[in-house]
Amino acid sequence: MRAALPKLASAVLVLVVAASITFFVQLLLPGDRATVILNLQNGRDQEWPAAEVAAVNTRFGFDRPLAVQYLDYLAGLFRGDLGDSYTEFRPVTEVIGAQLWPSVVLTVGALIVAWVIAVTVTVLTVRRGRFLPGLGSSFEAFTASLPHYWVGMLLLVAFAVQIPIFPVIGGDGLAGTVLPVLTLAIPLSGFLGQVLRDEFDKVLDQPFITTARTRGMGDTAVRLRHALRHAVLPGITLSGWALGALVSGSVIAENIYGRPGIGQVLVSAVNNRDVPTVAGIVLVVAAIYVIANLLVDLAYAVVDPRLRTS
Amino acid sequence: MSTIAPTSVAVRPGTVVAGAFVALVVVAAVAPQLLTSGTPTQIDLRNALATPSWSHPFGTDEAGRDLLTRVIHGTGLSLGIGLGATGVSMALAIVLGAVAALVGGVVDTVVTRILEVTFAFPSLLAALLIVAVYGPSVTTSIVAVGIGSMPGYARMVRGQVLAVKQSGYIESAHALGHSPWTVFRRHLLPNAMRPLVAVVTLGIGQSIVWASSLAFLGLGVPPPSPEWGALLDAGRNYITTSWWLAILPGLVIVAFAIAVTALGRSLQQRLEGAAR
Repeated sequence: MRAALPKLASAVLVLVVAASITFFVQLLLPGDRATVILNLQNGRDQEWPAAEVAAVNTRFGFDRPLAVQYLDYLAGLFRGDLGDSYTEFRPVTEVIGAQLWPSVVLTVGALIVAWVIAVTVTVLTVRRGRFLPGLGSSFEAFTASLPHYWVGMLLLVAFAVQIPIFPVIGGDGLAGTVLPVLTLAIPLSGFLGQVLRDEFDKVLDQPFITTARTRGMGDTAVRLRHALRHAVLPGITLSGWALGALVSGSVIAENIYGRPGIGQVLVSAVNNRDVPTVAGIVLVVAAIYVIANLLVDLAYAVVDPRLRTS
Repeated sequence: MSTIAPTSVAVRPGTVVAGAFVALVVVAAVAPQLLTSGTPTQIDLRNALATPSWSHPFGTDEAGRDLLTRVIHGTGLSLGIGLGATGVSMALAIVLGAVAALVGGVVDTVVTRILEVTFAFPSLLAALLIVAVYGPSVTTSIVAVGIGSMPGYARMVRGQVLAVKQSGYIESAHALGHSPWTVFRRHLLPNAMRPLVAVVTLGIGQSIVWASSLAFLGLGVPPPSPEWGALLDAGRNYITTSWWLAILPGLVIVAFAIAVTALGRSLQQRLEGAAR
């Protein structure tokens, strides 16, 4: 546990820098911010009376020195305050609120399904005759290069329109979750499979595999009990990294299937130029990414005993 | 797996097909009229939403415009956005990565740390943040996608420059009394950049995919432009009735991304082979 402390400190530092970036990006909004907010809320493009501008400046705290605003933003994060939406006049955390959970379900579901696909393809095709290995790696290279929107639309056309098994607009029930999860899982399984395959192939040449075989262990058992365990390690690292790609993908998948989640909130916030909401969502995602990678680091130590002693 | 390095990498048939497709796309971008006699705005309401056929291989849209013609005429802008975004991210990456590696010390630590942080922002989300600030447009798409994909390149450039900087021939160049600027320009930069040629090739495909993702969300190039992403955006409104309007432009993007990736990989192998 003592080894975890510096990692924790560095994770907090990463988040503070990330928050600084999202804070300063908000300042880049062209024009006077109070005027932009008044225009957004009234759907106009004009100059506003000084009194109204001043009211907005007070409401959002833009009348304070920049350094104070910055420190207040950082301090707010520790209280779970991400600032106020420009268009909805309420805290960003409230706007995101309940939308976070369906996105987490989608992302985690996709990660699990991607692992199942990748492990199955790897175990079944690595060093299995002449054609299967090539077929497996072609499948991985192909799926890894598919954009999420295309997979999503193909699945929608195939399994919701032509063969109507699943609903076109799914909601967040189980039936509506299957296609969005596959939309995210299929490209990821390609990436994951490429990494697992390389490692699996290398492990099968290791002496302990030969030892296991000479003990009379069957091929399937060797693959599942010994080789897979080792091949899983780089896959875990990749999963932490993949979280970013999954979040990007879930924005697209939620958009295609009209599924509630942060993707929907995000796209409408970008459309409305509601920069604090967009920045808030980006920061929440960054936090999840940092925490997940911290957990991956710790999980590594659990799976690989060599790292526990060093 | 054999460990003996092949002396020359044979060109595989897949690479030839990929190269031919990329060449076709480049022709479509530079001179679309060579590939199609039609115009992308030719309206034919009697033929609206026609399914793909011999006369309209990609079908027609809600105004009866031929989709294949539109895809061909949209190539220029799509490719331009892809090249522009890759250019933006490479330029930023070279400045950040090279400065970090060459100056070293505190500067290196700070740049490396900031890059580490930017990895926590998924590319699409970083791009969306920029679109939220500046509003959707062609320029915003280029800048947003460029910045979104910069961190990976910057880390790579830093690694490359560090490796070259510590190599023997740079030391010799310094020992021969060349000025630091000459060493940088004549030896360091070209050698550090060579392996990145393949990475840039891969990056163009990725940039087009990201830019079209923005457009798909209605936050990139808006319809009625025939830009590939804009075609997706327009076509998805008809996804349940006329699937080809979004699926086929998407297929072209997928094919281009795969072809460019295949070329980049084969280039990578050749460069690695040459380095041995």
